Parts: sequence; C-alpha cells; structure tokens
Amino acid sequence: MIPAPFSYFAPDTLEEALSLLGEWGESAKILAGGQSLLPLMAFRLVRPEVLVDLRGIEALGHYELAGDRLTIGAMVTHRTIELDHRITSRCDMLREALDVLGHVAIRNVGTVGGSLAHADPAAEWLAVTLAMDGRIMVTGPGGSRDVAADGFATGWMTNCLSPDEIVTGVRLDMPGPGTGSAFGEVARRHGDFAVVGVAARVSVEGEAVTGARIALAGASSTPIRAYRAEALLTGTALSGPDLDAACEAAASETDPVADLHGSVDYKQHLARVLTRRAVSRAYRRASATA
Amino acid sequence: MTAGLHNIVLTVNGEEVAARVEARQTLAGMLRDQLELTGTNLGCEHGVCGACTVLLDGRTARSCIVLAVQANGRSVTTVEGLAHDGEPLHPVQQAFAEHHALQCGFCTPGFLLTTVEYLDEEPAADPDSIRERMSANLCRCTGYHNIVAAVKDLVERRTAP
Repeated sequence: MIPAPFSYFAPDTLEEALSLLGEWGESAKILAGGQSLLPLMAFRLVRPEVLVDLRGIEALGHYELAGDRLTIGAMVTHRTIELDHRITSRCDMLREALDVLGHVAIRNVGTVGGSLAHADPAAEWLAVTLAMDGRIMVTGPGGSRDVAADGFATGWMTNCLSPDEIVTGVRLDMPGPGTGSAFGEVARRHGDFAVVGVAARVSVEGEAVTGARIALAGASSTPIRAYRAEALLTGTALSGPDLDAACEAAASETDPVADLHGSVDYKQHLARVLTRRAVSRAYRRASATA
Repeated sequence: MTAGLHNIVLTVNGEEVAARVEARQTLAGMLRDQLELTGTNLGCEHGVCGACTVLLDGRTARSCIVLAVQANGRSVTTVEGLAHDGEPLHPVQQAFAEHHALQCGFCTPGFLLTTVEYLDEEPAADPDSIRERMSANLCRCTGYHNIVAAVKDLVERRTAP
C-alpha cells in the first residue's frame, strides 16, 4: 500500500510554504507529522497532487511556557509536551489526554498542529483546546490571526481555514489555583481513537463552582462544548442532582452517529458517564488547590 | 527537485546512506526495497500494527507512515542495527529468545525496538505498565504473555542493585 504519486516540497520558511499553498491551492496538502494524513493517503482516500512538508520551518518547532501561558508551535510533537513535567504537572487534562493519544510511536512523530488542523472529531487536542479556552494560531497571505477553538472545526475533518492558510500553533493558559481539570475517554483498544472523550475544567470558590468548561470529542461531527451542562454546573456545589442534570444535558447536546463502535444511545451513555467522571475529578482537583 | 526522485542522506544503523527516492516512498519501503534491510516487516501498512516500528532519532516511529523524505538528515535504527551478524545478540533479543517471546517472529522486530525505547526511560517493572507500552504492537500469534515476561525480566535486571 503506497500513496498515489505527488510532488513534494520542503520549504525552510513559512513565507515559502505560504507561497507554495498560494500557487497550488486546493491540490496541495500540508504535511506535519503525517500520522493521520499518510494512512489516508495509503488508502488513497486522499490523493493530494502536492505535499508541503513543514518540518524544515524551524520557527514552528518550538514551544514555550511563560508564566501561565503555554504556546506550542505546530510542529511540536505530542511526546515532547507529554514528557515536559513543567507542563503536565500544571494541567491534569493535558497529561491525561496525552496519555491516551495513540501510542508512543505515534506521539513521537505526530504533531500538535497536525492534529488540530486535521480536525478529527475524536481527536484529543481539539477537545482540550476547547475546554481550555485556547486559541489556534493561523497564518495566511494576509498575516497572522488567532482563531477561537469553538468554530475552528466546521464539520467532520474540516476546519475553517482557507486552503492558503497554515495552523502555526496553539495558545493555552494553564489552570491557576482554584481551577482543576481532567480528561477521560473510552476507546475499543488502548491507543485507538476515542469512541467518546470528555475534557473538563472547573473553577471553584469555597464549595461553589464559579465556572465550568466541558468539551466532548467523538460525540458529534466536530468536538463540541456542552454549554448547557456548563451553565447548569455553575453556582452549584456539585451535589448529586446537580451533577446528574449536567451530565444529562451534556449527553443531549451531542449528536453522535451510530457506527461499528456503538449506537447513538451507547455514545450518549458514554457522554453522560465520562462527563460525570471528568467533572468530578476536575472539581476535586480544583478544591484541593483553592 | 520536486516531482520525480529526491536525493536524501540519512544514517541507518550507524552508517551514512544516500538514496534516491520517490516522494511517496515510505521509510519502510526504502529500508526494505532499496537498502535490503528486510528485518523491518510491513503488516497493516497504515500505522496500526506496529510491525514496522524502527527508531527514528532514537525514538520509535512506524516506518510505514513516515515518508523516506521525512527521514532525510535523520538517524534510523532497524532490527539489523541491534546486533550485527556474528556478534552476540542484543540484550533485548537475548531476553526474547530466553523467554520464548516469539512464535512466528513477524512482529518481533517491532516489539524489540519498542522495548529498546521503553528500557531507555527507566520504566517500572510492573506488568500493567509493560502491557500498556507493548499494546502499541500487535502479535498475530497472540503470544503476549512471554513478551511481557521478557520485558519484565529486562526491566528487573536493569533495576537490580
């Protein structure tokens, strides 16, 4: 199994990459780590005429934790972030998500920017970015802009970028005192794509929830925020009925598709259960640091 | 050079190698077909089974979903690089042999390289951690128990005083 023929470019600068995209338009695809794109090309589900490999663009290979602000360049691998204890010790959601993102061999090669741009509805990075109120950094011929995570994915494996734009990185703010986070998913086998995954971030004052973010992966054609569930949790002390109502709301906000991995009912059941677990864990962690 | 062939230079098992490859050639394809290093086995060819696992700059990668051009300038270790002909087996190979951790042997090169990387990380010797890490590779003979036993033995020997 081998991809259909294509022309390959490995530009050294973002400007060169942008000009290649300008020249080739929709017939070009961007190659980051290739851990999603190359399997699709091997099956010939995707047959780009041109690949623009970003590996030589040095500026995309860096990440920085400055105060609470984590900025990750698009070509940074999952494994690089996973192994940086300064980051994972400050963000349980990221630590737990990276632990279940494929296998180590995938995390060694796959990139943060590639995962975000690919916009697989079940992918961990986009759900985490949603739940962290992160911003996706984008550069195009007209300059650079930050895109809010909500709205970045516009449909199944589709993002809001135009063909001549490139995801250059992501900005996330680490949770501070009084804020806890968690990620959990169910997959058929370890390392598989999540059937459903939930990222949760909860802030507390005393016993009361002052803010909540819940993002669900795999449960709709894009990762989604469960806005109603978030609103139902805010102001509560996470009593049994409060949590029940929020989990019910989160499940009802999903729009899953039945497939080999489960029925609509099963996926909504997972949404309910995983929301409960992630929110409870995030609340406990928030209370412990408040 | 864009379409057609690309010239690449990489280090394979410690030796610098120059190759001319099509852009669509996978690292696994180049290793097997051009360098005749057929120890890297191709199983699923879409990044799921782990049979084609090699070390890329010292870290595991699935060579069926890495293009040869992506390995340009980098260092690759295949199963052939663990022990040269006539030399004693690599300790990981020796442990797999002692524990009968292979049946048909098709998955073995991938498991060996996954284990080499794992041992570099000062891992815990508990079977759960070992199973989790080894879950990256599939054994079509389902001979997992002896693979876990071999890896556990290696970890324990590493951590023994």
